[in-house]
Amino acid sequence: MMLLVGERLSIAFGGVHALEDVSLAVAAGELVGLIGPNGAGKTTLLRLLTGILAPDAGRVLFEGRDVTRMPIHRRAQRGFALTHQIVRPFRDMTLAENVMMAAAGEVTRRPWRALAAVDARRARERAMALLARLGIADAADKPARHVPLGYLKRMQAARALALEPRLLLLDEPLAGLNAAEAARFADLIVELNAGGITILLVEHNLGEVTRIARRLLVLHNGSLLAEGEPRAVMARGDVRGAYLGAEADTGTAAHA
Amino acid sequence: MSEGNRWTTTLSVATFAALNVILAIGLNLISGFCGQVSLGHAAFYGLGAYAAALASVAGVPFPLAILGGVLVAGAFGIVVGFAALRVREDFLAIVTMGVGFLFLGVVRKQPWLGAEMGIAKIPSPLDKWGYAALAIGAAAALVLLSLHVRRSWMGRAFGAVAQDEDAARAIGIDVAGYKIAAFFIGTAAAGLAGGIYAHMTQLIIPDTFNFIQSITILAMVVIGGIGSTYGVVVGAILLTLMPELFRFINDYKLLVYGALLLAVMRFSPGGLAGLVQRAFGVRLA
Repeated sequence: MMLLVGERLSIAFGGVHALEDVSLAVAAGELVGLIGPNGAGKTTLLRLLTGILAPDAGRVLFEGRDVTRMPIHRRAQRGFALTHQIVRPFRDMTLAENVMMAAAGEVTRRPWRALAAVDARRARERAMALLARLGIADAADKPARHVPLGYLKRMQAARALALEPRLLLLDEPLAGLNAAEAARFADLIVELNAGGITILLVEHNLGEVTRIARRLLVLHNGSLLAEGEPRAVMARGDVRGAYLGAEADTGTAAHA
Repeated sequence: MSEGNRWTTTLSVATFAALNVILAIGLNLISGFCGQVSLGHAAFYGLGAYAAALASVAGVPFPLAILGGVLVAGAFGIVVGFAALRVREDFLAIVTMGVGFLFLGVVRKQPWLGAEMGIAKIPSPLDKWGYAALAIGAAAALVLLSLHVRRSWMGRAFGAVAQDEDAARAIGIDVAGYKIAAFFIGTAAAGLAGGIYAHMTQLIIPDTFNFIQSITILAMVVIGGIGSTYGVVVGAILLTLMPELFRFINDYKLLVYGALLLAVMRFSPGGLAGLVQRAFGVRLA
């Protein structure tokens, strides 16, 4: 079954077509990489899929249901989670409290119900289990403002997992991490996928994304340029051309 | 001053302090807990006062008139809450300030609201002691509610909304719903204070609910320590007593409160509650 479908998505900003007629589908259980040079429209596509932006044309289906106009929080409640490219912790909360906020989704769904609920033990238990799973339980009670980026990235993943998502959209989860941290985080993504979560990964680190993704989508100039098995896709002349033409950082592309 | 007079004065100051505690706790729920700036809180105080006064003059029993004030203020609070969904921070400050001026502008011109003369001869079913007990009881209830909200999941969700709306949405929190809930509770509280005030004084005029009043309530919250229930209570009581002790402040309210606001923001952004935390390491709820 197709878990996520983008159907002929188009959007323009001030007459400039950021995305034109882009269609994609992610099947349940897949780990798909979405790549493309800077300015290709990856972030815009992600924003359309998650509902931060509404498309000028086309629609987004999640589990076969049209969610194009559904508010972000409602999608999250239905199992459609995303992490932001730039980590967005609740800075005045501890890492555990950050994850608890997501773990208590049932309680916080209705404000009036939330007013009647004080007990946080269950949410705390779940949060601690997730933090342990991501290897950052040692910092559970540290305020988010005082922990390093690697921890925040993992916390953000834990927070998304607390929603018990069926689909996880990761926006450049490896950005800002060093090579060793990136490799470890990439392994974690594989592990989550093996655990049954479908993942769509937007990533600049081509080495890691071709290593872990089983299918690649390449976006270029606002349309889908290529799609398929990672190594085959990266071997294509037009894909290489897109990267070589658009990016000074040719080392990464050639290396991949 | 005779002994009796002094008692009467003390009683009326205590009643006003309690009303200010209600107003400040309500604003703190909106601004301190949920992070939504409001520079028009006095308008909801006024809405409650006018609605309750009109109801009482029309013969509605006192408790129902008070309830009417609460509901009218809360209903308009929901409307402003919807506005808060569209704009953030500085713009929300301007919008809420506008709400305050809009309220005054309408009330001043409408004959059925008494225009500049306000509403007089409001029935007064209680004596001074009765109003003092009612106001202090209501303030105590609001303090308890505020402490409970802070401990509840509603308070946690308010915190998430205040700190990062987008991140809150991404984890399934109904940001709009929580903002509207905060505005409703906070403005309904102001309406309660307004209803009690109107019956106690038996006369209300538009100017009581002007911009200076909004800034005064904001000053109570900020000086006490935005986000801290106990801090805000102390702030409200202090700022009620100050003009009583130093009469000249009455003429320079905006100047004095403005200076105090600046001083707090510059030297102790956490207000008095923040000072206590720094001095004793205790975090006030």
